[in-house]
Amino acid sequence: MCLAVPGKILESQDIGYNRIAKVQFGGVTRQVVLDFVPEAEVGDYVVVHVGFAISKIDEAEARRTYELLEEMGVVLEAEGDQP
Amino acid sequence: MARGIAQAVRAAVTRPWVLMEICGGQTHTIMRYGLDEMLPPQIELVHGPGCPVCVAPLEIIDKALAIAARPGVIFVSYGDMLRVPGSHSDLFRVKAAGGDVRIAYSPMDAVKLARENPSRPVVFFGIGFETTAPANAMSVWQAKREGLRNFSLLAAHVLVPPAMRAILASSANRVQGLIAPGHVCTVMGTREYEDLSRDFHLPIVIGGFEPVDLLEAVRMLVAQLEEGRAEVENQYVRSVTREGNQPAQRILEQVFEVCDQKWRGIGPIPMSGYRLRPEFAEYDADLIYGTGEITTEEPRECISALVLQGLKKPVDCTAFGARCTPESPLGAPMVSSEGVCAAYYAYRRRVPEAAA
Amino acid sequence: MIPLVCPAPIATRDTVLLGHGSGGKLSAELLREVFLPAFANPVLAKLEDQASIEIGGVRLAFTTDSFVVKPLFFRGGDIGSLAVHGTINDLAVGGARPEFLSAAFILEEGFPMADLRRIAGSMAQAAATSGVTIVTGDTKVVERGSGDGVYINTAGIGRLRDGVRLSASQARPGDAVIVSGSLGDHGITILSEREGLELESEVASDSAALHTLVDAMFAAAGADAIRCMRDPTRGGLASTLNEIAGQSAVGIEIDERAMVIHDAVRGACELLGLDPLYVANEGKLAAVVARESADAVVEAMRRHPLGGDAAIAGRVTASHPGMVTMRTAFGTTRIVDMLAGDQLPRIC
Repeated sequence: MCLAVPGKILESQDIGYNRIAKVQFGGVTRQVVLDFVPEAEVGDYVVVHVGFAISKIDEAEARRTYELLEEMGVVLEAEGDQP
Repeated sequence: MARGIAQAVRAAVTRPWVLMEICGGQTHTIMRYGLDEMLPPQIELVHGPGCPVCVAPLEIIDKALAIAARPGVIFVSYGDMLRVPGSHSDLFRVKAAGGDVRIAYSPMDAVKLARENPSRPVVFFGIGFETTAPANAMSVWQAKREGLRNFSLLAAHVLVPPAMRAILASSANRVQGLIAPGHVCTVMGTREYEDLSRDFHLPIVIGGFEPVDLLEAVRMLVAQLEEGRAEVENQYVRSVTREGNQPAQRILEQVFEVCDQKWRGIGPIPMSGYRLRPEFAEYDADLIYGTGEITTEEPRECISALVLQGLKKPVDCTAFGARCTPESPLGAPMVSSEGVCAAYYAYRRRVPEAAA
Repeated sequence: MIPLVCPAPIATRDTVLLGHGSGGKLSAELLREVFLPAFANPVLAKLEDQASIEIGGVRLAFTTDSFVVKPLFFRGGDIGSLAVHGTINDLAVGGARPEFLSAAFILEEGFPMADLRRIAGSMAQAAATSGVTIVTGDTKVVERGSGDGVYINTAGIGRLRDGVRLSASQARPGDAVIVSGSLGDHGITILSEREGLELESEVASDSAALHTLVDAMFAAAGADAIRCMRDPTRGGLASTLNEIAGQSAVGIEIDERAMVIHDAVRGACELLGLDPLYVANEGKLAAVVARESADAVVEAMRRHPLGGDAAIAGRVTASHPGMVTMRTAFGTTRIVDMLAGDQLPRIC
């Protein structure tokens, strides 16, 4: 349930009945519906599930997520591995 | 950082604790990264029925298959549902036999299909927990606003708190702490979990989905348990607030109403699902394609009811990995890539020997 | 005489499913249940990506592949260049020098001539750049609605290098597993054009001919050190390694931190719920190489334009034969299973 990913709003516009944003996720961008997060603006980060933003997140918190993901690509040193 | 959190848990724990996480996505993260291996042995993680694909009742799957097989219908579904077996078939087979079955990433893709194909009925298979329900609801709301006459929704939503109540109220319940689903709570807020916590004196931590989120949520739960507290704490603060997402909740109230719902592998749980309100009857695929009552039966060897309540692990099942595999599943939790049996099968079929 | 009764067959199906073409367990099942019994012969039974045959004392490799990609034109290539590179690669990873190709087309009535010219031009360029010649072919046209615009089949033939016998059954415990570069570029490029994702400009299909990279590897390693090579196309690296592990009856352990994955590919996989290990590549190879030669081979690969991100990604082990495991970035271990059919986007 609930594969939802954080992304950054690059642009937004009203199309028909909806507010649609171009959102960037790491190296990819996609169209997202912003109707559930009316306060979100360009530059904000949102959590996106099935093409809809479901919450606006703190930029500092979002960066922490990316850094944690990047940490996975870093060699874990010194702490040693448990047998 | 992850190791640091695991160390902190190890330092704090003084006795065994049984913790449940109920979101399929969280199960997936735990299995994929082996988080249970990082935690001290006193912590037992059990997995609840947090996979809406797995628990979608057999009847609705059969209805979906019947509708998808109808000539002319464009049947649109999330990818997760394509392989779920109904009584005799699945959407993939229906597609192979000539049904126009398409995968959508978003319900708005289905609305777009309806707009672009005005002469063909488009049916969207809307499954999910409270996280997905607002988006599914929006598809109907949008179709109505645009006056689309060829769009309908086949809905099969399941709600988390009633399922948790059923599990916690059972005499066989072993769960001592709960990691609540972070994205469900993003939408619905945390109030329902405050009631749960109070009614069952149960520590609850709202958890996110990254490995570090889940380890942190475990650490917070263990702290509560060791200190004798039973409250609701929020680990996923970057997305979850107490009130949740108000616009999303509003659309849910306008489009859906709560109803009794059958959970595959568990049985009926009162007031645990959503159905379309009467004013949206013309968008309700269940009414439009009146497929009537269908009776179904699950294979007897399947112990999914026990697995989904955290009373047994997939490896305890005699059919696991032998007669029940992802290619030929016997029951609900093996059908979806997020199901707990499927997760165990994919990542943990045999416990690997200690790393050399 | 008591008639022997065949035990219950493994899930026999009565129609072909899309999953049968995905390169995973269902594809293997189709081979095992329909084609191998029908065509029974020892060369086919080896189930390599190409067949090693001998005609008049000359050792040759012979292979064929069909291309059904949609969209037909994508960033980094098109169905034509894919068809040429794909067959060249199957010959190259079999230890042969690709020399001649055939090209057969099944065209749908109404297919635009301009597109066909573009595809033919692309194939000509791919062949010329790779030093192979398209010497024969065929064209059929089917009625509108019976095809997907165009299907292409290419077959290829080339001489096997002297003294080289590669096989997926030759991996031995202690060997190194080398991957030539980033994973998932092709599959994500294709999927993103279908799903309406916009990818940042550096991600494109990696479709390329690998035979000169293979030349460099042989020059660095010598004939015996390289046990086998495969290009991880449909089904991705995970499927390829599972095949090798199965055919050699060995275990393979890979290291998550050794995998090179571009940000855009990672982001797209996150968004759609896909695992990059199962996403198709069209310009990469995986090789099992004797440990003592592995470092030299990787170095030689890195000097080649197509091998800049080459690395040792794992090793062959005697533990868990037939199974591929991965050490995660957290130091824990998970199984990397073979998929049943195609990987599908998910919301859960």
